Amino acid sequence: MPSRIARRLTDAASRIILGKDHAVRLALACILARGHLLIEDIPGVGKTTLAHVLARLLGLQFQRIQFTSDMLPADIIGVSVFDQRDASFRFHPGPAFAQLLLADEINRATPKAQSALLEAMEERQISAEGQTWRLPEPFFVIATQNPADQIGTFPLPESQLDRFLMRISLGYPDRAAERALLAGEDRRELVAHLPTELQPGELDSLFEAARHIHVGPRLLDYVQALLEHSRAGAGFSLGLSPRAGLGLLAAARAWALLGGRDHVLPEDVQAVLPAVAGHRLRATGDTPLGPDALARRLVEAVPLP
Amino acid sequence: MPSLRRDQVGWLLAGSALTLAPHASHLPPAISALCALLLVWRGFINQRGSRLPHRGLLVVLAAGVVGAVLLEFHQFFGKEPGIALLAGLLSLKLLETDSLRDARAAVLLSFFMQLGQFLYQQNMAIAALALLGTFASIGTLLALQGRAEAFAPRAAAAARLLLQALPLMLVLFLLFPRVQGPLWGLPADAYSAVSGLSDDMRPGDIARVSESAAIAFRAAFEGDPPPPAERYWRGPVLTRFDGRSWRPGPSRRQDQPFYRSSGIARPYTLTLEPHNQHWLLAMDFPGPADGLVYGDDFRLLSREPVRNRLRLELVAHPATPVGLAEDPRTLREALALPPGFNPRTRALGEQLRAAAGRADDIPALAIRHFRDSRLAYTLAPAPLSRNDVDSFLFDTKQGFCEHFAAAFVVTMRAAGVPARVVTGYQGGEINPVDGTLVVRQSDAHAWAEVWLEARGWLRVDPTAASAPRRIDGGLAAALPDMARLPLLARSDLPWLRALRDRVDAVNNSWNQWVLGYNPARQQALVASLGFGDTGWQSLTALMAGSCAVVMGGLTLWALRRMRPGDAIDRSWSRVCRRLAAAGHPRHAWEGPLDYAGRLAREAPEAAPELALIAADYARLRYGPTPADTALLQRFHHSSRKFRPR
Repeated sequence: MPSRIARRLTDAASRIILGKDHAVRLALACILARGHLLIEDIPGVGKTTLAHVLARLLGLQFQRIQFTSDMLPADIIGVSVFDQRDASFRFHPGPAFAQLLLADEINRATPKAQSALLEAMEERQISAEGQTWRLPEPFFVIATQNPADQIGTFPLPESQLDRFLMRISLGYPDRAAERALLAGEDRRELVAHLPTELQPGELDSLFEAARHIHVGPRLLDYVQALLEHSRAGAGFSLGLSPRAGLGLLAAARAWALLGGRDHVLPEDVQAVLPAVAGHRLRATGDTPLGPDALARRLVEAVPLP
Repeated sequence: MPSLRRDQVGWLLAGSALTLAPHASHLPPAISALCALLLVWRGFINQRGSRLPHRGLLVVLAAGVVGAVLLEFHQFFGKEPGIALLAGLLSLKLLETDSLRDARAAVLLSFFMQLGQFLYQQNMAIAALALLGTFASIGTLLALQGRAEAFAPRAAAAARLLLQALPLMLVLFLLFPRVQGPLWGLPADAYSAVSGLSDDMRPGDIARVSESAAIAFRAAFEGDPPPPAERYWRGPVLTRFDGRSWRPGPSRRQDQPFYRSSGIARPYTLTLEPHNQHWLLAMDFPGPADGLVYGDDFRLLSREPVRNRLRLELVAHPATPVGLAEDPRTLREALALPPGFNPRTRALGEQLRAAAGRADDIPALAIRHFRDSRLAYTLAPAPLSRNDVDSFLFDTKQGFCEHFAAAFVVTMRAAGVPARVVTGYQGGEINPVDGTLVVRQSDAHAWAEVWLEARGWLRVDPTAASAPRRIDGGLAAALPDMARLPLLARSDLPWLRALRDRVDAVNNSWNQWVLGYNPARQQALVASLGFGDTGWQSLTALMAGSCAVVMGGLTLWALRRMRPGDAIDRSWSRVCRRLAAAGHPRHAWEGPLDYAGRLAREAPEAAPELALIAADYARLRYGPTPADTALLQRFHHSSRKFRPR
């Protein structure tokens, strides 16, 4: 039962990331929808831990890159080194060759280094020295970044933000969670001993199940109405792209799977909308809106068909 | 305030241009040019996305428009200056319009200007142009209301709206209580441009009327139309002659004919174009009819000047003997000749009287004399001297029908036979498309009437003596110089005539059924619907009822379209309606599960069973399609029984 497996995964993750059920679930939905995830938050709220937990639970081969401003593309994708024995260049794969790549503080790197990673995300392959190497299957990037108003950062442009299916933030834990966190064991220890929840092949069956969640014509009407309103309706100066529409549907399917349903409801779409649309929409007016306010503005303007 | 989108301004400009363009036919050219310039300027601003002109400049321009109107009309009151002012102001308004509110005001003004076209003309072309303007204005309102959209779907939506208004328009047109004549007083310049006969006649007057191809009236006969020789339509009867001009004598009026109709009856429907006069141009001799006035000169008259197209059901009795017992004063008047005029014609008259044994033979002798004199029938006779009858009969020998009629009457009077001139129309043309007889201004005619003992007044048409084809074939057949005729009355362009016939037929039905829809027709319609009492109260009630039916039908249709079509949605809507009535409405964007969840938190007592219904609905509505029938039945059952507290 794919939905039972999904439930097991969320429960296990929530035991470590305390008080962040919704964010954990969104992150899991993002992966089940085969999308890349961007976590945006201040340091120390558990971004990296979340990535670690997901890798462990899903049994994915994990790599981590700490982005810095002096980083070069070769530091990510790999480099060709001259081999004296056969007198030729050999390609040494970089850390990008992993199933789950944690790109920590991606906005610290220069645009050049950022774009090397983002290209890999889109194509799921790496081209270097005139040759192409396929990345492992599956391939996910979980990138974290500090909010762009901090010093010494290179904010991602819209075109690159669009490659992330979701952008979420974790925020401070509430009082009870904070207490449990302070009183409990070291999270790092817990992650290190976290058992893999999935049997081989189970992850693929989850992907498969998410892809086959039923989407009825009435729901497509609704998604289309949302997209149309974001483009032409009052209140938005930048609307959702067709890619965003596809992503929204995929994310809603994964969300329905996590909810144990075999069909997508408008509620599923509305639930993932802040994470999927928050970094793609722009509202009219001078004050920038947060993802939740943006999504609420869109949702409340479009009646259910 | 948000500024208008480019497509909104485009619609606004198109609507205003389509509204103002038909006005160009009557606005002074300077005003039309000014409006066009302002519209083009606004279009240019829209195209370039540049700024609107400064308010100060607009004030100067507005003063310019007002000045131009003042310069053209010397006043602001009246139809013409009023419309000109509004046209200028509408164009100016667009130059300061950059907000929804201003745009709506401009659309409102456009609607008014579309109505204003009907102050000038009410024909079908004007109606079509007004409709086009209305269509564009509705498109503008849609553009102002909604988001940007391509032209075609927006135009289709506007057309759909117009179409939906059609039933309501029909009800209001057919049933709104009608009054005879216009509802409001028109300014004094309203009837200045009406053409037709007048009630005096000088040489050349009829010829001048004949140069117009405008329609004077139409007649639709029941059965065969009468032969051309019977088609004499009586206008002013002129008895007094002062040597130059002819005027009507004193006449008595009553609401019964001055004769007893007899002989063959020819019923017909007369549709008279407005000519701002009392006479009704009935064919000789009209039988009794209600509400009309009869003159002792056998004219049919109306109580009010004919200022709107008038539709009359009449019967003509061409063979009726009239004036058998004529008033001696009238006869004296019909024998009077001004002293010192036309000595040669008077001599001719006395000569004829001597030649004829009896008075009854004199007219025939005179006609023979006319024919022998070889008088020429022409629209452009040579100029005449002071004694114009003399110089026509003996010198120039060229004349139009009024010369023939005047000369004949003077000759008769000189011979001691009472005679007078009758003006009106003769002939007309059958439109092969719809069979109506169309009589134009070019059919204007003058003929004579003589009075003989025991025979009464008899019609004599001296024109027929010299140009018999005028009577049988109309003006075009009788005249040698075709070129001076109005283009549409010429007989040498058959395709043009065929086209004209077709257009006339369409116009005629428009006049009959749209413009001619008067109180009488309205009453006939209401009576035919089975309502005996046709006072304005019952009409109003009928109209209100019909409006309610139409609006109800449209509302039902809209609701059916808006409301979810199938049973699942109807059941769910019912659940939501009941909850809303209980004080817990669903947000339009709220999904079923969220709604149930919210109510479970906010008002758990309201609907404990809602969660189940909502889950069933979600599954049925959004789940894979062949949902099992047990689920469907459970959902319908529970939603029907559902009663929130």
